[in-house]
Amino acid sequence: MTIGATVLDWLSIVFANLGVLILAALGLAIIFGMMGIINLAHGEFIMVGAYATAISYHELSAPLPAAILIGGVASGVLGLALERLIIRHLYERLIDSMVATWGISLILIQAALLVFGARYPGMPTPFGPLQIAGVSTSMYSVVMTMTALALLGVVYLVFQYTDYGLKARATMQNDDMARSLGVDTDHIYMGTFFFGSFITGIAGGLFAPTVSIVPTLGTGFIIEAFVTVIVGGTNVIVGTFVSALSLSAIRSLGAQLFGTLVGRVVLLVTAIVIIRLLPQGITTYLEERS
Amino acid sequence: MSGNERDPVIDETADQPSPADGRLQSLVDPFEGPHTVGNSPKFWAGFAAILLLVLAYPLFTNEYRVLVTTGFFIWIFLALSLSVIWGFTGIFSFGQTSFFGLGGYIFGVVGINLIDVTGGTNLALLAGIFLPAAFAAILGYFMFYGRVSGVYVAIITLATTLILELLFSRTAGQQYTIGEAALGGYNGMTGIPSITLGFGSTAVAFEGVSMYYLVVVVLVVLYLCLRYLVNSDYGHVMVATREDEDRTEMFGYDIRFVKLQVFTLSGAIGGLGGVLYAAQGNFISPPIMGLAFAALPVIWITVGGRATLLGAIIGTFGLRYLDDYLAGVSSEFSTIVMGLILLAVVLFFPLGIIPTVKNSWENSFDIPFLGGDNS
Repeated sequence: MTIGATVLDWLSIVFANLGVLILAALGLAIIFGMMGIINLAHGEFIMVGAYATAISYHELSAPLPAAILIGGVASGVLGLALERLIIRHLYERLIDSMVATWGISLILIQAALLVFGARYPGMPTPFGPLQIAGVSTSMYSVVMTMTALALLGVVYLVFQYTDYGLKARATMQNDDMARSLGVDTDHIYMGTFFFGSFITGIAGGLFAPTVSIVPTLGTGFIIEAFVTVIVGGTNVIVGTFVSALSLSAIRSLGAQLFGTLVGRVVLLVTAIVIIRLLPQGITTYLEERS
Repeated sequence: MSGNERDPVIDETADQPSPADGRLQSLVDPFEGPHTVGNSPKFWAGFAAILLLVLAYPLFTNEYRVLVTTGFFIWIFLALSLSVIWGFTGIFSFGQTSFFGLGGYIFGVVGINLIDVTGGTNLALLAGIFLPAAFAAILGYFMFYGRVSGVYVAIITLATTLILELLFSRTAGQQYTIGEAALGGYNGMTGIPSITLGFGSTAVAFEGVSMYYLVVVVLVVLYLCLRYLVNSDYGHVMVATREDEDRTEMFGYDIRFVKLQVFTLSGAIGGLGGVLYAAQGNFISPPIMGLAFAALPVIWITVGGRATLLGAIIGTFGLRYLDDYLAGVSSEFSTIVMGLILLAVVLFFPLGIIPTVKNSWENSFDIPFLGGDNS
């Protein structure tokens, strides 16, 4: 392979990885970044989205986009129920929220195993392969990354231009002040948790055609999601994008040179170094410089 | 057993030593203070009674139960290593399993290579404690002198243990054999010797029931040492760092150095636990450093009560016992029950079991629980 082809190949992998990281992290970034809840059941929200998508695809013969939307709604409704029952008692209790969501994660994984067995029938990956300039990649991964970028845009629009978004940002900055100005912060927290879970379910639905539908499918995403969110810092949109881009670039490089496992190691090492150098995340650094 | 010598009428003044047991009191004095639950002759009497039960346990049960119970006790070392750094110093480490795993692997590598030469595992034991401590010191220097704190410490320590898991998973094959010890990749390292103390033909190997007694003795010694530590002047500095970093620094303490020291100590305790784990099972494998195991000590000490050594011990033993029991009764529902217990504890006993029991005892009876002070 020539140097040019190698670089193109690397770029195509970076592009695919970028989509995966954004999708895995976005819902978590909303919940962690805006609410300060460490949701260790995040992977299981992805799992629920993927299961709901696969089930509506097989049982209801729903077309893929509709099935993915059902996945988002299923995960969102689950998030809403858990927020009302459990999570709302744990705001401002970072570690307790972690232990509680770890408990939720155990329950969800085992429940999926009991209800659907060790493996649910998978879904075919649509669109087939894609050839651009001699580089072969999967068309679906390109669609996935485009969707991920579009979702980032949607989240931006929601937080920037809707009434909910304005109140949500006010609540996250200073909830006492927001309350005194008449914002029903309880509903804002509830809505934000639903929104984050919904986005996470959509991500699970998008992953569904690319993974085996097993109860533990979410655990494969959770570390990458956390690392992306923490490295990104406080700004949900810019942080998620910049950190997903840099981490996927470095991870793809490591993976291409030394194999997938080294790629993961390189990603984690990079995250450690970035946190050490920029302890408040990339976006805070960018904001201070500008 | 000072409780027997005590006149029951004056029991309520448990905090003031009476002349009758002044000497016994001065014996336990260094182990008592505001940072531990259980500061009274009654507590020590109960402690001695439970210790006697634990020591007698192998006489009344079969070898399999002894083996399983030894395993429960070994997990307590992992919990205590987290308790000193998180419960007492306020630094939430999510990666104590990295020291546990390193301790086990180092013990294995050194032990397998030296057992035929020296006849014992003395050096392997020391290496399995001190090298993880050195690793913790380096990692701690990297974090605390870079002013990394809060959730960022959690992510760095978690990433560290996951990196170690990934690296050790990659060690399958001939090129990853250190001397005679094959690291074995994802399947793990086998043939790790039992703890063998002494030299040549006089060396004693600890297996089965004798390993049980060794673990119990080491655990009791560690518990007493940690009680001494957290109630000493240094322990006050640890707790002060947890409560208010800025104020502690204002008093002239270098909190970076305090954090580094305690983190190093927690690495040593974690390493010791890993040594015992690898020596008991003669085996260690990479998933011990993975996400699932990394979360376990956090859960144990959250349930037991993280700012008490007793809570770490009782939380760990209780949850391991329950897990084992539930898996025996119905393996399908055991993890669901476990998840529900975690939720219930976090929602209803947010301080953990031991502090909750202590507080409600003191509120209802107006006397100190196990003689702990009321402050």
